Amino acid sequence: MTSISRRSAVLGVAALTAGLALTGCTKAATDSGTAGTGAATAAGKLSVVFIPKNLGNPYFDTSDAGGKKAVEALGGTYSEVGPQQASPDGQVQYINTAAQQHVSALVVSANDPKAIGDALNQARKGGTKVVTFDSDTDAQYRDLFINQASPEGLAKVEVDGITKQIGDSGEIAILSASANATNQNAWIDLMKKDLAANHPNVKLVDVVYGNDDDQTSFDKTAALLQTHPNLKGIISPTTVGVAAAARYLSTSDKKVKVALTGLGTPNQMREYVKNGTVNEFYLWNPADLGALAAYAADALVKGKITGKEGDTFTAGSLGDFKVGANQTVLLGDPFAFNAGNIDQFKF
Amino acid sequence: MTPAPTQEPTVSVPDTPTETQLLVEPSSMSPRRRVLEGLLRSREFSILVVLLLVIAAATIKNPSFLLSSSGWRDLLLTPSMLILLAVGQAAVIITRNVDLSVGSVLGLTAYLTGRLFIDHPELPMVAVFVAAIVVGGLLGLINGLLVALARVPALVITLGTLYIYRGIVLSWAGSSRINASDLPSGFLSLGTAQVLTIPVLFIVAVAVLVAVGYYLYTARSGREFYAIGSDPDAAVLYGLNVRRRVVGAFVLSGALAGLAGVVFAARYGSVSSDAGTGIELQAVAAVVIGGVAIFGGSGTVWGAALGAVLLVTINRALPMLGIPDFWQQALVGALILSAIVLDRVLAARQSRRLVEARDPS
Repeated sequence: MTSISRRSAVLGVAALTAGLALTGCTKAATDSGTAGTGAATAAGKLSVVFIPKNLGNPYFDTSDAGGKKAVEALGGTYSEVGPQQASPDGQVQYINTAAQQHVSALVVSANDPKAIGDALNQARKGGTKVVTFDSDTDAQYRDLFINQASPEGLAKVEVDGITKQIGDSGEIAILSASANATNQNAWIDLMKKDLAANHPNVKLVDVVYGNDDDQTSFDKTAALLQTHPNLKGIISPTTVGVAAAARYLSTSDKKVKVALTGLGTPNQMREYVKNGTVNEFYLWNPADLGALAAYAADALVKGKITGKEGDTFTAGSLGDFKVGANQTVLLGDPFAFNAGNIDQFKF
Repeated sequence: MTPAPTQEPTVSVPDTPTETQLLVEPSSMSPRRRVLEGLLRSREFSILVVLLLVIAAATIKNPSFLLSSSGWRDLLLTPSMLILLAVGQAAVIITRNVDLSVGSVLGLTAYLTGRLFIDHPELPMVAVFVAAIVVGGLLGLINGLLVALARVPALVITLGTLYIYRGIVLSWAGSSRINASDLPSGFLSLGTAQVLTIPVLFIVAVAVLVAVGYYLYTARSGREFYAIGSDPDAAVLYGLNVRRRVVGAFVLSGALAGLAGVVFAARYGSVSSDAGTGIELQAVAAVVIGGVAIFGGSGTVWGAALGAVLLVTINRALPMLGIPDFWQQALVGALILSAIVLDRVLAARQSRRLVEARDPS
């Protein structure tokens, strides 16, 4: 009796596993399954496959559209494949397929710095150049990383923005994500140094943490405005924080009296830029990021660069770029979104 | 009433109970005084006093906390959502159950609200409200049926549905979010609309509070909530329809969480898949601070609502008084503990009194 039930349990587990595997397969079916057409192999013609973290993500829709434009301007073939869900190893099968087709370059935003490493190295052995963008892998798995922004650039553009809006004097505060977010803290430290060195009349009175939660960030903004009645500006270097702060400000009697800027996305901030709560906020332009990745891939494929520090290449209208330390290329200064340009962006 | 014949004068001689004697004497005080004393002694009153002290302290430190137009509005508006959750939670806890899934229900209905506005812009706002309340009520019905029929503790059932409902939101919303620009401006302005300086959302919360409070206080079925929470087995033996009341309590809690979801969307203007995560614990905390016994059978929704206002207001006032984040959390913890200790002390004293009254030694 027990052996039977045990066997049926094993069967059940096996069936479940098979079921899961099957659903996994169907889920991962590609949308734009044009990778197959990348059969125009290494010799001569440029073929670039973009693998975003997941499909249907407006951010990557924008960046990959930029990439597509650049690839086509270079006379190459472009395709985009990727998983539906951003899981650590979901990208592996797409990398393998592209490697078997010997496409000339892969442009990947990595869901995990290690999980896709072996697959990428396998592809590179077959002659495919690998460029990461947006999210890097460990350096040994790719030829180049296109970095969207440097901490220094992000910190500086936000400090410059807020000090300009408040006339370079008065109290400001920072609404951050969580108290132990490494990148946030690095930016905040840089901002503090910049403020101390270049803006002696601007006083940073408080740093509060909204934990990247709409509600907490919203409530913290309310508390900031209550606690510091003379506050003139808020910097929020997190997309959730800046949108929540804008939402509170837009319904408060401090609207326009307190300036707000930070890192945000156009979709989240559109309402508040249009109603005048926010003048300007910052991020990189994902379309430029995708285009730069495409130009870098082209330069690698054509042998113009090898990816070592000091190499230079031209990326169409974006200008000239130089490979920095760790085979990294920096996109440049962050992009400022304001009422004039926000409607061109849908991410 | 007359003392027994004096035989052993050294021992204090209690009254021998007679057939006509009552366990507890009717009060000799005038009705007005009785009401007043009852009010002053009630848990609700002491919470109100603490609340007023907090508001007074914050206002002295910074007059705009109460006296500016934004300050007054936020004082009433910020707790509105938690009041709704606390009222529903109180009804469930009074029946000796608990509903931990309200945060996920709130998240789901908040996202539903946004999606309805995006996908069906022709829908009137009222329909969206109704849809969210109905969906919340259905999710509550699932909780209630599982608890009432499966006879598994509500803590376990609703912990399970907490994850299941959140899972539904996560797979539905994914990494997408509802942004303010997706919502109609009429709906967004509802988030801060005021009538005679009172925010509309606060009026909604108070209307719900009054309706539920009146029901639990006066209706026969409302009183049964307390009977069930005091002693579920006795309630069954007495012939009360325990299942029906318990399911009803969960449906109420779910529907109010659904309404709170709409309030969330209107107030915060953006909804991601993790909206409302963890708020169920705040709702339970508000209820406990408000004097509802965690094992049911006593307490009122008025207390729970005051507990919600106190919790939210303390969180807003403490940073203004210069108390750092960590201590704010610790203070809320201390409040919960003291509420529970007070509960135990009062319950022990009460049972001692009843025992003394029953069998005088």
